[in-house]
Amino acid sequence: MKIIKSTIVPLPLENVDTDQIIPARFLKSTSRDGFGENLFRDWRYDKITGEKVADFVLNAGVYAGDILVAGKNFGCGSSREHAAWAINDYGFKVVISSFFADIFKNNALNNQILPLKVSDEILDIIFKGVEKNPEMEVTVDIPNQTLVIPEIGVQESFEIGTYKKRCLINNYDDIDYILSLTDQVKTFEKTRAVI
Amino acid sequence: MESSKAKTLFEKIWDAHLVHRQEGHPDLLYIDRHFIHEVTSPQAFDGLRRRGLPVFRPAQTIATADHNVPTKNQHLPIKEPLSKFQVDTLTKNCQEFGLDLYGLGHEKQGIVHVIGPELGISLPGMTMVCGDSHTATHGALGSIAFGIGTSEVEQVLATQAILQSRPKTMRIQIDGTLSRGVLSKDIILYIIAQVTASGGTGYFVEYCGSAIRSLTMEARMTICNMSIEMGARGGLIAPDETTFEYIKGRIFTPTGADWTQAMKYWETLYTDAEAKFDKEYFFKADDIQPMITYGTNPGMGIGIQQHIPAMALNSSAEEMQKSLNYMGLENQQSLIGKKIDYVFIGSCTNSRIEDLRIVAEFVRGKQKAPDVEVWIVPGSKKVEAQAIAEGLDKVFTNAGFDLRQPGCSACLAMNEDKVPTGKYCVSTSNRNFEGRQGQGARTFLVSPLMAAAAAVKGEICDVREMMELELLGC
Repeated sequence: MKIIKSTIVPLPLENVDTDQIIPARFLKSTSRDGFGENLFRDWRYDKITGEKVADFVLNAGVYAGDILVAGKNFGCGSSREHAAWAINDYGFKVVISSFFADIFKNNALNNQILPLKVSDEILDIIFKGVEKNPEMEVTVDIPNQTLVIPEIGVQESFEIGTYKKRCLINNYDDIDYILSLTDQVKTFEKTRAVI
Repeated sequence: MESSKAKTLFEKIWDAHLVHRQEGHPDLLYIDRHFIHEVTSPQAFDGLRRRGLPVFRPAQTIATADHNVPTKNQHLPIKEPLSKFQVDTLTKNCQEFGLDLYGLGHEKQGIVHVIGPELGISLPGMTMVCGDSHTATHGALGSIAFGIGTSEVEQVLATQAILQSRPKTMRIQIDGTLSRGVLSKDIILYIIAQVTASGGTGYFVEYCGSAIRSLTMEARMTICNMSIEMGARGGLIAPDETTFEYIKGRIFTPTGADWTQAMKYWETLYTDAEAKFDKEYFFKADDIQPMITYGTNPGMGIGIQQHIPAMALNSSAEEMQKSLNYMGLENQQSLIGKKIDYVFIGSCTNSRIEDLRIVAEFVRGKQKAPDVEVWIVPGSKKVEAQAIAEGLDKVFTNAGFDLRQPGCSACLAMNEDKVPTGKYCVSTSNRNFEGRQGQGARTFLVSPLMAAAAAVKGEICDVREMMELELLGC
């Protein structure tokens, strides 16, 4: 994953917790697959009739794309990685917000999803822009760490650690890296001063 | 290399577990204890199988079944097929990889954050992780404990180490004496209301001050447990005599020479006087009333005598309105007198023996209100056995409470213990998110004492008023 060029799906809500992203009753699967159909389940489907909620953003038919844009403190609450699996399985590759919960951020990066942090002001500009034009095109360039939306004059750079950047671009995962350090773990166990 | 520098307690423990540090990379941190449960572990074991890896240090991983277990008739096979499959999968994985499992029916089974400290598995100065955000609970013993995702569970199973960026440090000091009827749950709900549901993000918290020092270990666990509800990775409290008294004599606590050796380390576990925190808060214990939440995140809390504010701290008008619509409430409203349908006393926040004792003392000789259903769910088999030994079970049964068997239960409603759509539940758990206790369920978070009072009255009330009446002999 290097450059993502896509329209976006806006979810202008704050404090979207992982119980909303994937409710607990859908955590009974023992695989990583199939969570996308229950992404935002209780906002997407009526609690009583089970019908699609027509004006919810994933149902409305107005917005589509590989990039989800959400209000601040996205992914707070439970550590369930199922939230990242659901977002990934639904097809999102990037989530843009002005603030991410810590555990969700790690879970996203471990699942090839880029949590892209922008300022509150830029987030607001993006929400306004996409409301005006749902077809607005966004480019996320991971190697150059830039977010570009020509239509509304947004050209921002974003932060990502060099290690995680390399993992995203090359589809590496942490275990390969840590396994290469197993000898150091063993040395640590032998030489540690405490318990 | 940094030994001469003044350090916070968090920094001391982190640095003592640092395996490898490389520029541009997260730190590689050694993990002393790893707890697993049925919901967030199966995919991690699949990962090990795919790579052909064993569990690197099987003695340091402890498994229990808690999230998805029934709280009635635990001796029978689990009825719900998906739950059964998930619990059975944990059993198979533990057998295949050689891990200790305290499964359903085992005398040591219980909510993972209740059994760790109770068995003496969680000790001061350790690093501990679990695929559950309330792992911060174990920080009450003076350790670094935090929740992780399933990919990270796999890392720890494979290497006994984890890649983590070091969080910033925050100190929250609470001085003074708690008023009557105010418990540690009220302290943490008060803190979260002040700091907000996202104010701790990026930080690891140390709680200190005379109000914290005066708390029992179990009360401290309630505080650390909810650190995640302000976004913090975890929270810890420096160990003291209360800590050492608590851990002494537990099943896995070291003894003899091992204890003496461990004490040498434990006694170094405090924040140096000159150490700097990235952020600090100071609160006064006497400002804290019994608390209750009114909204759909744990930061939306008020003192019981206060009215719902027009705007929540750090929330937009839209978010506030959305929350109040979901809860069926209006701003400026008082919650006192609000009729309720369910009371849930349990969860890794408030299901320990002290919580049950507090509830029992209050309800002894009283009856629950007729239209309210009350579930009381002990945190572990040991808590359950202790409650029975003390006769608390009879107090609960006589009051009309439904005393159930250990598990996470209605805190996250993965099992059958669900609050129906639109119903109000006064709960001692940790999250009031939309649908958390069942689709469309509406949650008020409170202390065990406030929950007991609501159960008796059938409506939200100020427990202190009921306590006053009792003093007057009414």
